[in-house]
Amino acid sequence: MLMFILRRILTMLLTAFCLTFIVFYLTNLPPNLEKLAKTEASARMTDAEVESWIERNGYGQPLIVRYGEWLGVAPGWTNVEANGTLRGRCVDRAEDRENAARFCGLLQGDWGTSTVFRNPVSEIIATRLGLTGILMFWVMVLMVPSALLIGVMAGMREGSRLDRSLSTFSIATTATPEYVSGVFFIVFLASNAGVQIFKGTATSAMDNITFENFFLPVLTIALYGIGYIARMTRASMTEVMTAQYIRTARLKGVSFRNVVLKHALRNALIAPFTVIMLQFPWLLNGVVIVETLFNYKGFGWTLVQAASNNDIELLLACSVVAVFVVLVTQLISDIGYVFLNPRIRIA
Amino acid sequence: MVDVIAEEQKLDLDTYDGPILEIENLSISFFTRLREIPAVMDFSCTVMPGEAMGLVGESGCGKSTVALGVMQDLGKNGRIVGGTIKYRGRDLTHMTSEELRHIRGKEIAMIYQEPMASLNPAMRIGRQLMEVPMIHEGIGANEARKRALEVVTDVRLPDPARILDAFPHQLSGGQQQRIVIAMALMSKPSLLILDEPTTALDVTVEAAVVDLVKDLGKKYGTSMLFISHNLGLVLETCNRLCVMYSGEAVETGSIKSVFDMMQHPYTQALFRSIPLPGADKNAAPLVAIPGNFPLPHERPQGCNFGPRCEYFEAGRCDAGDIPMFDVPQDDRHETRCLRFSEIDWNKPREKSVTTEKTEVGKVVLKMEDLKKYYEVSSGMFGGGNTKVVKANETLSFEAREGETLAIVGESGCGKSTFAKVLMGLETATSGQILLYNQDIQDTPIEHRSTDTVSSVQMVFQNPFDTLNPSMTVGRQIIRALEIFGEGNSDQERRDRMLELLDLVKLPREFGDRMPRQLSGGQKQRVGIARAFAGGAKIVVADEPVSALDVSVQAAVTDLLMEIQRQNQTTLLFISHDLSIVRYLADRVMVMYLGHVVEIGSTDDVFAPPYHPYTEALLSAVPIADTRVKKKRIVLEGDIPSAMNPPPGCPFQTRCRWKSEVPGGLCEKEVPPMVDLSTGHQIKCHLSADVLDQMEPVIEIVGE
Ligand SMILES: Nc1ncnc2c1ncn2[C@@H]1O[C@H](COP(=O)(O)OP(=O)(O)O)[C@@H](O)[C@H]1O
Ligand code: SF4
Ligand code: SF4
Ligand SMILES: [Mg+2]
Repeated sequence: MLMFILRRILTMLLTAFCLTFIVFYLTNLPPNLEKLAKTEASARMTDAEVESWIERNGYGQPLIVRYGEWLGVAPGWTNVEANGTLRGRCVDRAEDRENAARFCGLLQGDWGTSTVFRNPVSEIIATRLGLTGILMFWVMVLMVPSALLIGVMAGMREGSRLDRSLSTFSIATTATPEYVSGVFFIVFLASNAGVQIFKGTATSAMDNITFENFFLPVLTIALYGIGYIARMTRASMTEVMTAQYIRTARLKGVSFRNVVLKHALRNALIAPFTVIMLQFPWLLNGVVIVETLFNYKGFGWTLVQAASNNDIELLLACSVVAVFVVLVTQLISDIGYVFLNPRIRIA
Repeated sequence: MVDVIAEEQKLDLDTYDGPILEIENLSISFFTRLREIPAVMDFSCTVMPGEAMGLVGESGCGKSTVALGVMQDLGKNGRIVGGTIKYRGRDLTHMTSEELRHIRGKEIAMIYQEPMASLNPAMRIGRQLMEVPMIHEGIGANEARKRALEVVTDVRLPDPARILDAFPHQLSGGQQQRIVIAMALMSKPSLLILDEPTTALDVTVEAAVVDLVKDLGKKYGTSMLFISHNLGLVLETCNRLCVMYSGEAVETGSIKSVFDMMQHPYTQALFRSIPLPGADKNAAPLVAIPGNFPLPHERPQGCNFGPRCEYFEAGRCDAGDIPMFDVPQDDRHETRCLRFSEIDWNKPREKSVTTEKTEVGKVVLKMEDLKKYYEVSSGMFGGGNTKVVKANETLSFEAREGETLAIVGESGCGKSTFAKVLMGLETATSGQILLYNQDIQDTPIEHRSTDTVSSVQMVFQNPFDTLNPSMTVGRQIIRALEIFGEGNSDQERRDRMLELLDLVKLPREFGDRMPRQLSGGQKQRVGIARAFAGGAKIVVADEPVSALDVSVQAAVTDLLMEIQRQNQTTLLFISHDLSIVRYLADRVMVMYLGHVVEIGSTDDVFAPPYHPYTEALLSAVPIADTRVKKKRIVLEGDIPSAMNPPPGCPFQTRCRWKSEVPGGLCEKEVPPMVDLSTGHQIKCHLSADVLDQMEPVIEIVGE
């Protein structure tokens, strides 16, 4: 078990490493750096000025070296300006410029500064992730119970009318991407065109969550997952319901209700549990769309901002966090599977 | 025995004293998209209090359907289309689901074949047991647990408290089946339905479970409906039986009348097709029932058994439906045969073709100290430590041309590993295999010469898995011929293929058929044709007939014998069924936990002195003959795991003779192979004196 977790963590680190390197490479392509120079210094720079700015700010070094700096395994660059002030990657961000550390990267806990928000990246990520966390929490609260309920109800009597209608619903929801359902909800439930029950923006939810301003974004994300998880649950439930031990329970005189609740449920939930956890990465996908659509300034929204503004360090941090989230959920899913399934647990 | 149970039952007189179960003219159909499948037709039977009723018949004849009909659990597409099922006088077919719920588990309990599948994998054993009285008697958890402990003790499981806290997968198959039985007995039902309860178990475990069921039936005064395809088992457990054929009851009566004074041609044919003591492959061969079992929608007009019946009379037997007739002068004995009073039931069977015993030739296969160890790693996420499974330990024997050597033993004793090593599917860990004086133990199959490969062939247990479903039968045989380099042209190979079909007695048209159009027995014939395609010298038959029905088994074994006789083939017959081994083997090798514990000629092995394990094995085999008296030797416990074998003698954990060996030698040293007489060896520490005192396990009374 320990070996297994260790291996998982290693994969995680390796993936994060590769992904950030790719992001690093893309964000540091010459045209992107030029744009950076112009936004940071002055929009009307000559090519020569851009060149020298890039040189003076440490962007001129080989890519690998700078990636090392970011990681914190290579010493930050230093430079003495024409006017005699000492500048450098670490010097610039240190409070005490004289005694700045030699290394200042991820490993030292320094995530850098966002060029768009003018704030330390770590701070931005923390607040944004917090906001997204709240969103996800409500998504889970809505999605998991309803998906399981739908799946179990549909699967306990295969082929019944209830099953057929619930299955149709599940397929319809999975087939509809978030940008369609989101727009649909806004138009019909939150605008003059339809009934105006909800708010079409969730910006105010960042300070004060209400049913009115938060339900639609939560629903939009959850709906997609509901269909998927419900279908998995249904498949697993129908299989369990035909198992011999369910017949045994029935022939013991257990009532249908208890057959479902006591005998079928736990066995039927083993497979969907994994799926729920693996849904997380997909949900992140939805988060990006929904947060942008509803203007909820969470992690997904930040990611979009960082990408469209070539905010190098913020984007890198976002990648690290994303990889982390994906792999941690996978880990939880594997461990949870083992706990639900006694056959593996005690083997 | 009948009387004993009846007596005991009278003691606890209930207010109701009619039959426990009364099925009258029951018809059950399954409705599929294509058609209605009449699975059971006009079926009647009565089970009296304390009585054990056996239900026998080949697979698909509707036994399970009757059982599920009684439980009113026929699934979505099954329906009772006629007749009544009365439990203590109350008609089950007209009960509401709520009423049924009170009867299920409390009054009628059911046990079926797969014990593992019948237990909820995610619930502790204790909870599954406690549930029954908690539902039906409304008692609390503590009391229910106490009851569970009692019943688990009753089913003779060691350490009941620990077992209650276990999950099903932590128990062995035998233990699981005991738990299923315990579960059925939790609320002391009046009727217990057992549907092939031991088919998935090894013979020694089966014997112990059957013993248990009988004892508990007596103790609790439970009536039983015991479903089985094994006549021997029914003889051992039941008072009465009902023989089913193709959805109908064809004969019913007490065990004694049906076994000794049968009144239906099918029953007679069934008995003639199973190897009973006295049957001999040369002098008194088995008589297979000709033809095939009709599918429910292909039943003939008139008597269902008509097309296969040797007493068939056109115009009478195929005229119309045949009712059950009472057999006069016999208590509750009925038969569904028009001609039962005309047939001379005592006429000895027609002398079927007897044959000369084949001469055995020179040694073709020799194994010396063969060992096969597997390394397995434990722990779920890889890692963990590796353990060694000793699948075969120092196997030595010879097999001669034209000889049948049977290899018997329970599951996991290393029979199949041995076959794999011989075939070259695995390489030996050490030791030698000499095939015509050529070493082949280290040559995996892909490096063996075509000659070697074609001369050692295999027939598998499950004919369904070994044929390619998308290729015609003929094509598959031709493929085999190509691989073995037989024939020079396509035409030659095609001719050879047709000859092979003749050899296995399949019509030549079958060459163009797809495997799914064949019945189990026919598929097994194709498997045999393929094995003999390259002129095999040695054929390893791994349980070749155990997946087939009894009436087909005889035909397939017959075929194997005949081909062997023609080709002087050496047959290594792997089986757990001692009756069939006794019938066809020249020599027998008994294996236990990877060791050969006894080897010798069939006569030597089946007569004392035995190896203690052989003795137990013989005693465990149910024999469908009322004249046979058996000594009951019940082996305690399960076969130890091959991963963790006991020290000393492999059999010492279950051996009843162990105390006869002084100094605890059995627990310390692996016994050597001891010669008892020429060619008869056993691996046991017992002294010659003790061995000489051994009594025969099976005796035929009145001979
Ligand atoms: N659910 C079902 N749907 C259709 N046919 C069935 C079903 N169950 C059983 N049958 C058919 O009913 C017949 C009797 O089957 P079964 O009672 O299982 O026989 P047995 O227990 O004697 O082997 C078989 O021909 C089988 O194919
Ligand atoms: S009724 Fe005719 S065909 Fe049927 S079993 Fe009797 S003799 Fe044979
Ligand atoms: S050696 Fe001992 S334990 Fe083994 S079979 Fe012989 S008597 Fe039994
Ligand atoms: Mg059956």
